Amino acid sequence: MNTWIATNIWLIPAVPLVMSLMILSLPNSARGLGAWFAIIGQILALAMSIFAFGSTLQAPGSATIQNFTWFTFGDSALRLGWILDPLAAAMLVMILLVGLCIFVFSVGYMTDDKNFKRFFGYLSFFSAAMLGVVIANSLLLLFICWELVGFASYLLIGFWIERPSAAAAAKKAFITTRIGDLGLFLGMLWLYHQSGTLLFYDDGKGCLEGGLALLGANTTFIALLIFFGAVGKSGQFPLHVWLPDAMEGPTPVSALIHAATMVAAGVFLVARVYPIFLVGAINGVTTSLTVVVWIGVITGLMAALIAIAQSDIKRILAYSTVSQLGLMMVSLGVGGVGAGIMHLLAHGFFKALLFLGAGSVIHGSHHEQDIRKMGGLRRVMPVTFLTYAVGMMALSGVPLIFSGAWTKEEVLHSAAHWPASRVPYFLLLAGVVLTALYMTRQVIYVFFGNRRQASEHARESSSVMTIPLIVLAICTVAFSIVLTPAWPWLHNYLTRESAHFDMAQLIQPMLILSFLLVAAGIGLGVAIYRRIALPDSHQLVDLDPIAKAQPALFGFLENKMWIDELYDRTVIALAKRAARVSDWMDRYFWDGLVRGFADLGQLFGFVMNSVDERGINAGVDETTAGTRGLGRLMSLAHSGQIQTYLGVIAIGMLALLLLYAWLA
Amino acid sequence: MTPTLQIFLIISAALFAIGLLAALSRHHAIFILIGIEMMLAAANLNFIAFWRFGPQAPQPVGVMIAIFSIAIAAAEWTVGLAMVIAVYRHFRTTNVDQLNQLKG
Amino acid sequence: MVGLINTLIIIPLVGTIALYIGRPKNPRAVALLFNALAAFFAFMLWQKFDTYAVGLQAVERHAWIPAIGAEYLVGLDGLSLLLVLLTTIIIPFAFLAQPLERGACALMLVMQAALYGTFVAQNFVLWFLFYEMSLIPAFLLIKIWGGAKRDRAAIKFFLYTFLGSVAMLLAFLGIFFAKGTFDFAELAASGKAGLLTGNLAWLAFWGIFLGLAVKVPLFPFHTWLPDAYEAAPTGVAMVLTGVLSKMGVYGFVRLLLPLFPNEIKIVGPWLLGLAVCSIVFAPLAAWAQRDLKRMVAYLSINHLGYCMLGLFAIASGSTSSSIDAHAALSGVFMQIFNHGITAAMLFYFVGIIEQRRGSRGIDDFGGLMQRTPLLCGWMSVAMFSSLGLPGLNGFIGEFLIFKGSFAIAASFTAVSVLGLLVTAIVFMRAMQALFSGPLSASCSTFPDLLRSEKLVIIPVTLLMFGLGIAPQFIFNIFNATIVQMARLFS
Repeated sequence: MNTWIATNIWLIPAVPLVMSLMILSLPNSARGLGAWFAIIGQILALAMSIFAFGSTLQAPGSATIQNFTWFTFGDSALRLGWILDPLAAAMLVMILLVGLCIFVFSVGYMTDDKNFKRFFGYLSFFSAAMLGVVIANSLLLLFICWELVGFASYLLIGFWIERPSAAAAAKKAFITTRIGDLGLFLGMLWLYHQSGTLLFYDDGKGCLEGGLALLGANTTFIALLIFFGAVGKSGQFPLHVWLPDAMEGPTPVSALIHAATMVAAGVFLVARVYPIFLVGAINGVTTSLTVVVWIGVITGLMAALIAIAQSDIKRILAYSTVSQLGLMMVSLGVGGVGAGIMHLLAHGFFKALLFLGAGSVIHGSHHEQDIRKMGGLRRVMPVTFLTYAVGMMALSGVPLIFSGAWTKEEVLHSAAHWPASRVPYFLLLAGVVLTALYMTRQVIYVFFGNRRQASEHARESSSVMTIPLIVLAICTVAFSIVLTPAWPWLHNYLTRESAHFDMAQLIQPMLILSFLLVAAGIGLGVAIYRRIALPDSHQLVDLDPIAKAQPALFGFLENKMWIDELYDRTVIALAKRAARVSDWMDRYFWDGLVRGFADLGQLFGFVMNSVDERGINAGVDETTAGTRGLGRLMSLAHSGQIQTYLGVIAIGMLALLLLYAWLA
Repeated sequence: MTPTLQIFLIISAALFAIGLLAALSRHHAIFILIGIEMMLAAANLNFIAFWRFGPQAPQPVGVMIAIFSIAIAAAEWTVGLAMVIAVYRHFRTTNVDQLNQLKG
Repeated sequence: MVGLINTLIIIPLVGTIALYIGRPKNPRAVALLFNALAAFFAFMLWQKFDTYAVGLQAVERHAWIPAIGAEYLVGLDGLSLLLVLLTTIIIPFAFLAQPLERGACALMLVMQAALYGTFVAQNFVLWFLFYEMSLIPAFLLIKIWGGAKRDRAAIKFFLYTFLGSVAMLLAFLGIFFAKGTFDFAELAASGKAGLLTGNLAWLAFWGIFLGLAVKVPLFPFHTWLPDAYEAAPTGVAMVLTGVLSKMGVYGFVRLLLPLFPNEIKIVGPWLLGLAVCSIVFAPLAAWAQRDLKRMVAYLSINHLGYCMLGLFAIASGSTSSSIDAHAALSGVFMQIFNHGITAAMLFYFVGIIEQRRGSRGIDDFGGLMQRTPLLCGWMSVAMFSSLGLPGLNGFIGEFLIFKGSFAIAASFTAVSVLGLLVTAIVFMRAMQALFSGPLSASCSTFPDLLRSEKLVIIPVTLLMFGLGIAPQFIFNIFNATIVQMARLFS
């Protein structure tokens, strides 16, 4: 399958990257041009990725790999590479398709923003970085693009930088994901150390091929460190805290982060390096995969619970993303790689749809995000409502025509057959009910009942925003075709097997079970929230029915289980204290030592000075004083009177004469 | 009375004593110089006297010395007088009591 | 016949004399002219440098004071050339950072000559002469043209580093009396077998260590640095962090590692511990700073800590494979170069902000992004480069250092990763405080980048991108040297 695009796969991220640079160097006034550049970049890349996808179909199960030397150090070389395999190809198409819809939607959504052009520059960059992650055939290259994804998300979450909350959210996102990244960084170093290469595939010598044998006993740690990176990026517990805050960014950014780019990277990473997780597997179970499963389960359930008590339309979706990512992680952990990736792809479509739908609602409600202030939008925003309903049903898992249901089915199927434990499976089933419940709640609040304050003047969004919604809704439904058990084409494409059509497989017993669960969830939602949907529900909206019944529980969930506060009081407080202590140590202890040393020198100088002054110098002074006194005494003889001198000489002579006379 | 050495020596001693007295007691620099000159004359007289009454009279050793001495005295007198004039110009006095610059 | 290296050392001195005699109206322009001339010769050197040859090139050797083994011996290997190029880039960059008086320009040129000399001298006496010669202009520049607290800072800087130098000089005298030579190559050749024995060896080792550790500076000998950098004028701070601090690292590579391999192996874990302390505590302290310049100064300590980590790891590792030693060494060299450029850039930006606002407290600003998007954008590039974002120059050096040292000293390296995190936090906090939020009233008249500033920033930033994306051209300079050194050290 050495088609042109497969060997030049790097062009796919390069196009949006170049577009991004071009957009950023345009003058600020070229607003329209910026958007056009971005969209054209996406279309070009999408076209190329479809060709690339097509090329992978020609020879199923193979991969095109291009390795090259980045630089040489000493006498070793550091090599990077590109890969086009089914996993990458499927991701490319999904990212670019979803990305394109979001880009088009943004033209409408951001139309009043003064930094319109810059926004598209950042979006293109974000897209390029994510595409780089997907096609990387080297953990290092993947890490590089991974960091760039984080960087782009920082720029976009903090896009409305004049808002302090946006800047704080951007900072939080960057730092939290960086914590995970450092785990990945260490894992990468360890992997490099053990296997001697960071290339995934390299003619049998790559770290996912021959290199695996060199990993030895450390594999579990390496795998867990790499997974820690995925935890940060994909918003898994305990590093999920940034993801809901990231809602401070413009809604298209949220859509891009949650559907196509950033959070998908973590799941993708685990899928990409899956062989490392599998080393030493007994019956498909390893320690590292077990950790993945449990983290996924905890995240999935916790986020679903929190979502029930949120009132911000985007935050609910954010927690649903966290929850769904947990589901994907479980799927990967229990061995259902194909199912996990399928769910990731399907989730990409319907979550983008939901976010853009939410964006449309927010745009229509004059940037109000509180669902308690909306209501009754069903009639004024029919397109948004219908498409949103498609997304909602796909997310909840309403069977048959919604892609999310089929992929969720696959995930549950994998979880049910996990040999280690059945507990995750049952917890996931609970998660399914909760998901249906909170989505029902949200839809009832937003689209049913009376029009409350924010939605009184709402109107349907323009077609530049609704068309992407429609496209995504169609994708969400149509995607089902390749997902059903009757024709598991995508699954087998990803796992590199061939698929056969078999209608008898369509209805599985488990499908009925999950249908019942979804129905229960939706029914529960309707039962709890039906009064809000009633036309005279004005006064009921202020207090959530669950809050009325269980105020403590609701408060706990509404405050996100106090996890942010917990971190604030513990980790962050500790780190800040460490910073202050370091500064203090520096100023007073270490510098104190230096100053003490200097003071010691000064003291020494002082002592030497006094010894000099009082001891040595005093002796010298005494001697000189004595000499001076003597001199002064002697000088008395020098009267200056010549005649005195002469007289003395005469007396002296006389004395000498007398002496001579006396002696002689 | 034949002149004897003794008489010359007594005259010479008297002359010396007078010169010394003059040099020590007068306040004027010129007089002091004159006193010194008198002491020198006494010395010259002694030279000649010892020569005349000495064992080898025919060779004029004492006279030669005396002549030298007079010549030196003349030179000394010149210098001394010049110094006195210089001192006068500088201090506006020749009174040696006031000239005590050498006082230690 | 005066060789290229001598020409390079002499040009700035001629510039100093020209400034002194000529009394030009625009001394900075004259200084820059001489810089351009020096740059020409430096690039001639680079061009003539044979990247595949092992050992010294362009050697010039003259008898000097034979009685004490002092020779005038200069020559280039990959490391020397790298640092000569770095000096050539940083000095004009520093000149462009702010207008300077004639005297300051002259002193900067003297410092430039001294730096060139330090990096090419291959005999201890000559090296030490240049090494100390660079100290005096730095002292005077801080003392005369510095900011608040300059007197104290200058004296602290001078005395502290001078004390270290004295210790080093004594140590070298000891070595000379034992070995009878000051020649680096000759001394290094006998390093493996043990240069000295017994207590004398340890005395000499700690003497040299102290001198270099103060210069770098290595925790806990770093407390002069924040004061000195804070008080120094922008351009001087740029040279101090960009080049002068590299003299310490250079000294470690040139002197301590080859001369005392056995001693380092014994105390290796302790030295690694100090390096890790530099890496972790310095950014933590930076986090607590209120002054931008001090903050950047502390981060410099952190970045040089990575260099130290790499060097000590190589030196203390007994069974390291050559790829790890190569990775760590080339990482250190890359880091030297990259940190020089990035840290100088950061100081440059701090200087720009200070010029506009008159103060540099982190919390004195706010919302600059609305007023000066270009300034914020380019400054962010420098900051992200400093925190090691891939695609910019900071990443490669750090990655290679970590790669090399992880293989040799995994636990120390794992702790050091915390430094990367804290650095990110520090920059995030600074960016949030400076760029975001509502526009602070005191910044409402801020002009964005001027054309002259752009002309400085853009080439340097492009260099940062170039180093981050296609660094091969820098690796070519020192690859052969690294192979040779790695053999020597391990």
